[in-house]
Amino acid sequence: MAGHKKIDEVTGVETTGHVWDGDLQELNKPLPKWWLYTFYVCIVWAIGYWVAYPAWPTMTGYTKGMLGYSQRATVTAEVNAGKAAQGALRSQLDKTALADIKKDPSLLQFATAGGKAVFSDNCAPCHGRGAQGGAGYPNLNDDDWIWGGKLEDIQQTIQHGIRWSTDKSTRDSAMPRFGLDGMLDAKQIGDTAEYVLSLSGSSKDAAASERGKKVYAEQCVACHGEDGKGNLELGAPNLTDAIWLYGAKKADVEKSIQTGRGGSMPAWAGRLDPVTIKSLALYVHSLGGGK
Amino acid sequence: MTHEPFEKNSIILLIGILIMVSIGGLVQIAPLFWVQSTIEQVKGMRPYTPLEQAGRDIYIREGCYTCHSQMVRTLRDEVERYGHYSLAAESMYDHPFQWGSKRTGPDLARVGGKYSDQWQREHLINPRSVVPESVMPSYPWLAKTPLDTTKAANHLGTLRVTGVPYTDDMIAKAKADIEAQVNPDSKGVKELLARYPKAKVGNFDDNAETVTELDAVIAYLQMLGTLVDFASFDASGPNLR
Repeated sequence: MAGHKKIDEVTGVETTGHVWDGDLQELNKPLPKWWLYTFYVCIVWAIGYWVAYPAWPTMTGYTKGMLGYSQRATVTAEVNAGKAAQGALRSQLDKTALADIKKDPSLLQFATAGGKAVFSDNCAPCHGRGAQGGAGYPNLNDDDWIWGGKLEDIQQTIQHGIRWSTDKSTRDSAMPRFGLDGMLDAKQIGDTAEYVLSLSGSSKDAAASERGKKVYAEQCVACHGEDGKGNLELGAPNLTDAIWLYGAKKADVEKSIQTGRGGSMPAWAGRLDPVTIKSLALYVHSLGGGK
Repeated sequence: MTHEPFEKNSIILLIGILIMVSIGGLVQIAPLFWVQSTIEQVKGMRPYTPLEQAGRDIYIREGCYTCHSQMVRTLRDEVERYGHYSLAAESMYDHPFQWGSKRTGPDLARVGGKYSDQWQREHLINPRSVVPESVMPSYPWLAKTPLDTTKAANHLGTLRVTGVPYTDDMIAKAKADIEAQVNPDSKGVKELLARYPKAKVGNFDDNAETVTELDAVIAYLQMLGTLVDFASFDASGPNLR
């Protein structure tokens, strides 16, 4: 190639020696030195990277690199480090019985603070940011509990869920679908709803309520009790307070009798670890209504 | 040797370009088909049921992927919020995959079983009814649109061409499996579960009369991230990377 090179007369710059169409030539303008040396440094850097980090594919895997870097090991270590940073309090929380945690204010504070964070991630979509609940999702701030408001009850509910078919220990019960399955006719359901409303003093039709009382005595007492105060063992809500999971209107109560409702809550045991569930139980218990 | 032949003959230049691009492409792409870490085997993965697959198609049709990713990355905050980081095998039957990088809403890789069917139902019809601060659009038509099941078998057949191991039996029973999955009391449930272990069966949209698009979407969402048995997954050894 060197033999072809010559100096361009007009600019005084060397040409590349290529000639097109008989007389068309090209000036040789090499890359700036700083650029070229940066390029060489990058090549050297890349070779160092191949040696230090996972890089080249092989027949079955890839070269692992001398530093032994692993994304999966790194994230596992970081998660463990996060837990270890909470070390003493976390293991104390793990060991201490639920009922005794209250005796240690700093431990309780640690648990409820952690529980609050987990609550926003996992529970708030249904129960609301302030645990105020909504139609079909119980308010956790009040002292009206469907499956029990003691610490152990709350822990059990979070762990195994409610009517959650994949968990064998889930809380389960089914209110009959009185309307859908033809056990009661529309008039009977209306009367029963009126009686149920009368239990909390919100019935407006005394005659219907009186008729509904008979249906209630035949169909509802087994779970909701003669006094209508419900049964925590069966998840049968208290009907005498003015707290309504599905609404306080007569139509809402009628729909409950008609369809049996049967809301469900996921079991969290696989998704959250036992210490986290404990923290959550303490947080929910601390919201105001814990028994 | 000079590069003159390459500069003066377009065919030689073209062949040269093809060779270079092929080497570059092969080095990057080909190993992914045999490197163990990208084709890792995990217990529990199975092809999606026809109903889940139909839900997946609606998920793509409605553009859910524009706001929701489906990949828990190997970062502490993600693992603590969403659960175990995603494995390559978890999207092995996804055509196309839904990993994504844009999150206006949360990651959905492990949303299966996180909420009840009732919540999913209410949330899809009107997100504000359960999450007042949500900015997600409402999808009320899903509950009113019957699911088109006539093409389910063809669809599974097409996916088989791309490598999803649907058997002849699965393809032949596609329509029956859809009907079984939304009716827990039907006879077909046992067969469905034999073909697709761990499939969640239920009247997802609370409407026993029609199989709707809402049924399909909820069945798909409730399956996401639940198939792999992480109790048997060992992150060390060949899976460490």
